[in-house]
Amino acid sequence: MNDTLLSVEDLHVRFRTYAGVVYAVNGMTFDVRPGETFGLVGESGCGKSVTGLAVLRMVPHPGEIVKGRLLFHGEDLLQKSATEMQDVRGGRIAMIFQDPSASLNPVFTVGNQVVRVIRQHVPVSHADARQRALDTFEAVGLPDPPRIFSTYPHELSGGMQQRVMIALALSSGAELLIADEPTTALDVTIQAQILALLTELRDRQGVSMLLITHNLGVVAETCERVGVAYAGHIVEMGQTDDVLRRMKHPYTRGLLAALPPPPPPKRGGGGGGRGRPLQSIEGTVPDGLRLPAGCPFHPRCPEVMDVCRTAKPALVSVGPPGHVAACHLYTREGVA
Amino acid sequence: MNQTPLVEARGLTKYFISRHGLLSRRQKCVVALDGVNLAIYQQETLGVVGESGCGKTTLGRTIMRLIRPTSGQVLFEGQDLVPLSRRQMLRYRRDMQMVFQSPYSSFDPRFTVLNSIAEPLRTHTTLRGEVLVARAHELLEQVGMPGEILHRYPHEFSGGQLQRIAVARALALNPKFIVLDEPTSALDVSVQAQIINLLQALQRELKLTYLFISHDLSVVQHISDRIAVMYLGQVVELSATEAIFYGGAHHPYTRALLASAPILDPELRRERIILKGGVPDPANPPPGCRFHPRCPAGTAICSEAEPDLTDVGDGHWVACHRPPLQPNRAR
Repeated sequence: MNDTLLSVEDLHVRFRTYAGVVYAVNGMTFDVRPGETFGLVGESGCGKSVTGLAVLRMVPHPGEIVKGRLLFHGEDLLQKSATEMQDVRGGRIAMIFQDPSASLNPVFTVGNQVVRVIRQHVPVSHADARQRALDTFEAVGLPDPPRIFSTYPHELSGGMQQRVMIALALSSGAELLIADEPTTALDVTIQAQILALLTELRDRQGVSMLLITHNLGVVAETCERVGVAYAGHIVEMGQTDDVLRRMKHPYTRGLLAALPPPPPPKRGGGGGGRGRPLQSIEGTVPDGLRLPAGCPFHPRCPEVMDVCRTAKPALVSVGPPGHVAACHLYTREGVA
Repeated sequence: MNQTPLVEARGLTKYFISRHGLLSRRQKCVVALDGVNLAIYQQETLGVVGESGCGKTTLGRTIMRLIRPTSGQVLFEGQDLVPLSRRQMLRYRRDMQMVFQSPYSSFDPRFTVLNSIAEPLRTHTTLRGEVLVARAHELLEQVGMPGEILHRYPHEFSGGQLQRIAVARALALNPKFIVLDEPTSALDVSVQAQIINLLQALQRELKLTYLFISHDLSVVQHISDRIAVMYLGQVVELSATEAIFYGGAHHPYTRALLASAPILDPELRRERIILKGGVPDPANPPPGCRFHPRCPAGTAICSEAEPDLTDVGDGHWVACHRPPLQPNRAR
């Protein structure tokens, strides 16, 4: 029995632009297990969104997948025909995006859109599809499903629209949900509602999730495992607790240190970090047009060694099983 | 922190009138600010937090007199800015500056960095020629950017670099007061930390007073001396940062806001309070306490009477009908 649902292996995506070739994803490797939420976290330009799109083979022009395997239930999605992919998209793997108002069609009622997606994937009558849509609306916590069914997207708030998107994504019984920054456009109180809903759907319906986000707090609260991406590849991956509390890669360390420290839980509990300067990572995220040689993090790394400038480190085990990092502090080349 | 207010808002109210259609007579009145009273003391950072549509940006812009309030006063060093003419405002503009959320849209793409930084200097001072360039150079170095970039254009920079240049431009006239409207929201965390450190260092060095507007509680908590929490155009809680974050938050909305923010460390994780529904339409706010339809602790009076912002001790102000709690037993 295979214990992975989706496995992304050595994925490379590049964009040929007038300015040159942009290397957006460079050897991304991770897997999502059945019933888990895997977090893919990183700063802008790290290739996390392109990876999400690549899984559904929706990388926009002029991007192309140049190398790698995308195994879903052991079958390579890159080998499937265009018609076969139509059934995968929205049927077995669904995706939701950051801005729900841009994902819904403004000239059709939300009910109409959900019914159409259901009938695309499942052979049911219009009446059955409608009932199924109403049930999904109920399941995602939309109040008064029959009323919502006949509203247009602009009549709903951002949080409601995102619930409709989740309903749309799950209405055809998808096994894997790719959520690309699903709460970034929402206010914190609404973000909390949507995250609670996603976690509940995972627990109740066993939907697996690939959660793409830049927010480490969101990862800490919702994901079992997490991969930290930088310049198109995973630099550290493992159980969320291991990665966020016993991080090994200098980039992960820098990222966590850059967050404002939380106040101590009690008055007088040590003063917290208020007023003290935050640690920042010098420099900026590299541009996919001009990736540094060797480890792409080396120009910003406080622990850079000679080997880092020439050889790109592979992922090696750095702790309990499954905790891996791509850093020469832990590779054989680096230690030697 | 000095105890004289530099800036004061008194009963600040702003209505935006929006028409329904092009020819329609029906009008909608959005209450963006509803009787906001607050003071910003010399050399402090007052943080303003709230969700979208709560009026925090309108508050910043009204204080800057970029928007004229419907009623109320904005006092800067005791002088009411509201009735001043454009010309009379000029001398106050030197003392108050602003940094916006998106550094990409706050620069003219056809202006070089030098032109952008020099514009306030040309408007307000007699500096010209080499002296002007030297001042621009000095300002860039103050924000950690090399002076050589003066002749480059905005598109050549990353968001973090542009935000530094925006800070340099705001500092050009040696202001006393800066409104920072979500200055780090468009930036990645590693760069956000650089900008926050810069803002704090400049505040110490130049004795600046900040109004820091943000929806990100962890950032506000880190940078602010006091915090004002806004909901639908009103301040619902105002207090020292410590009082709010060390368990003294009194207003149910503040508590829900704190509990909604995802927390990294599982040991610090609070009990989840998930509010029902969304923020009501500001054109049609609920009667009584604006928060009552979502409030987990609401009682009958909440839907009838609007609570006043009252002092519950130690400069901690709350607008809620529930009896005040002892700060230490609050959670």
